Amino acid sequence: MSTTRRPRKVATTLAAALLAVLSGCSSGSDGAAPGGGGGSQEAVDAALREGGEITYWSWTPSAKAQVEAFQQEFPNVRVNYVNAGTGNDHYTRLQNAVKAGSGAPDVAQVEYQALPQFALTGALVDLGPYGFGGFESDYTPSTWNSVRVGDGLFGLPQDSGPMALFYNREVFDRHGIAVPATWAEYVEAGKRLHAADPTKYITADTGDAGFATSMIWQAGGRPFTTDGQSVTIDLQDEGARKWTSVWDQLVGQGLVAEIPGWTDAWYRALGDGTITSLAVGAWMPGVLEASVPGGAGKWAVAPLPTHDGTPVTAENGGSTQSVLRQSANPALAAAFVRWLNNGNGIKPFLAGGGFPATTADLGSAAFKDRESPYFGGQKVNQVLTRAAGQVAPGWSYLPYQLYANSIFGDTVGKAYADRSSLDDGLTAWQQALADYGNQQGFTVTTG
Amino acid sequence: MTAVASTSDPRRKSPVLTAVMAVYLLYTLVPLVWLLISATKTQQALLTTSGLSFGGPFALVDNVVQTFTHDGGIFLRWLGNTLLYVVVGAGGATALATAAGYGLAKYPFRGRNAVFAVLLGAIAIPGTALAVPTFLLFSNLGLTNTPWAVIIPSLVSPFGLYLIWTYTAEAVPDELLEAARIDGAGELRIFLTVTLRVLLPGVVTVALFTVVSTWNNYFLPLIMLSEPGWYPLTVGLNQWSAQATGVGAQPIYHLVITGSVITIVPLVAAFLLLQRFWQSGLTAGSVKR
Repeated sequence: MSTTRRPRKVATTLAAALLAVLSGCSSGSDGAAPGGGGGSQEAVDAALREGGEITYWSWTPSAKAQVEAFQQEFPNVRVNYVNAGTGNDHYTRLQNAVKAGSGAPDVAQVEYQALPQFALTGALVDLGPYGFGGFESDYTPSTWNSVRVGDGLFGLPQDSGPMALFYNREVFDRHGIAVPATWAEYVEAGKRLHAADPTKYITADTGDAGFATSMIWQAGGRPFTTDGQSVTIDLQDEGARKWTSVWDQLVGQGLVAEIPGWTDAWYRALGDGTITSLAVGAWMPGVLEASVPGGAGKWAVAPLPTHDGTPVTAENGGSTQSVLRQSANPALAAAFVRWLNNGNGIKPFLAGGGFPATTADLGSAAFKDRESPYFGGQKVNQVLTRAAGQVAPGWSYLPYQLYANSIFGDTVGKAYADRSSLDDGLTAWQQALADYGNQQGFTVTTG
Repeated sequence: MTAVASTSDPRRKSPVLTAVMAVYLLYTLVPLVWLLISATKTQQALLTTSGLSFGGPFALVDNVVQTFTHDGGIFLRWLGNTLLYVVVGAGGATALATAAGYGLAKYPFRGRNAVFAVLLGAIAIPGTALAVPTFLLFSNLGLTNTPWAVIIPSLVSPFGLYLIWTYTAEAVPDELLEAARIDGAGELRIFLTVTLRVLLPGVVTVALFTVVSTWNNYFLPLIMLSEPGWYPLTVGLNQWSAQATGVGAQPIYHLVITGSVITIVPLVAAFLLLQRFWQSGLTAGSVKR
């Protein structure tokens, strides 16, 4: 595996470059004009009765079970389920198909962070004209905000990831460390832990754009604003600086394990106590339960530490299902999306261990009061659903966030590696993002 | 003379060179050893035991069975796809390179030097640099997400063509062709019955090169294909590996590792079986007769 890592990295970089080239070609086209249908929910119902064939791209673990359940309920609709890759592989293919003008699916999974990029380039159908705007009250405000781009509604939220602190209670207890409520306490805990046992680290982070933006979000930063073709980037606003003032201490003093996320080494370190806590989205229990068997009975969940003691959190990860403009049958595609995220599709999603975006499911006693044996009997969803109601409002991502994330390692990642100032890293990132945005036809103002 | 003889004594040992070679040997073998040992472990043991020692239950057979049955047996499909791309793509590339290289070496025509210059230029350009233009070209032709998008670019091997060209110039004397012509053989018959036999070591060398590059081809199919049913092993294994990332992550490292072992076995076998030709092909043309 080590022999293939480098070419894979090169290829990933090239794929990102390709994505950039191709998305660049199509940005500045006709924007977010409403696509597809001058319909309403009646048109959607009619399309469902009539039946037909659609293609669905997704990598969520429950996608297969959901498609099977849908086909049972609606035998006259044929859904071709394709797993076109996870994350960037999926987006590269989706963007290629959009650019090529054919080959895109009818319905695709799109993460919230990637949605503006596809919505603003006119790749997605506005679901507002189908009357889906009426579903607003079914979802948490933060996820609903994530599927709205400009004046359009470009999907229905499937899951959400309000952040919480996952920590290894066994290691915390062994060293007499209390669960930190503020980030200052978190830094102290990191120091004490590493001093008591140099093989243990309070967390692991080698520079992850999704994590950094979520942490800036929680700290009150709003670095990205988009209005039509004009973009404002300010990665040195008060919130961003609050976060770096905490994280600089952890990274600078070597209190953070230099283990890249989602690698075999990372899974191993989560299981053996090397990484003792993670600030991460509410979907994490499923990952721990399924893939970190060594941590069973040791992990616990607490609210995310804050800067000033007032409970607040941010979203980390999460996806929507969107209808592509290339779809020959957008009404039927919209019907499938409605079933997935506002109908019977939620059941198989919950059964697969997903963390929902729908307030009814988040509020149900069966969900909230479930005791998790993995977490030593803790009712983790009580913590996590409370977090879902405490997400700071008003966040938005860049209209080229996927590109932005792909160059995060070259700028902020360097600051991590050198243990130098993260503010300098963020400034370098901001400069690179402004240059790229201007090249792509946006007018970028930096703060 | 004696001094020259003693420096070329094959038994003369250089401790530095030996050490360098030993390090290189380790560098080459350790990842392979790691891969083979890891293929015997369960997913859980992979994450709890040391990488270079055995640990946990011996799960090699179970891993192989799981690799071939996971996700509806898609791995077998990927193996079939890779074989298709190798047989048609690398086979075609070898045939084209052989015919063209022989033609260019033995039939003088106006503009041959220009062809030679273009050929050298083509060797200098890495395939990945052409990936984006190739993708746009194929998407305009409507060929993306079909096997042709992988096979057609694999059919061109400038380096193979160059190799056969120089090999032919060295190994096939004009007198041989003259003799065949005097005996009344047509040009096609000369190529198929006389030249090909002489060229065999060169052809096998080119075949090995193209087989290896097609077997390992990753970036081109990655961007061309979106339907997992058409993936070759490289892209498919990467998809399994990427499953370990993000919301709803499902790491199946044990299957990725076992799949990698299964993926390299045919290549290793090809090298061992064709070693004889491969070695004689490598040195071909290095000495002027």
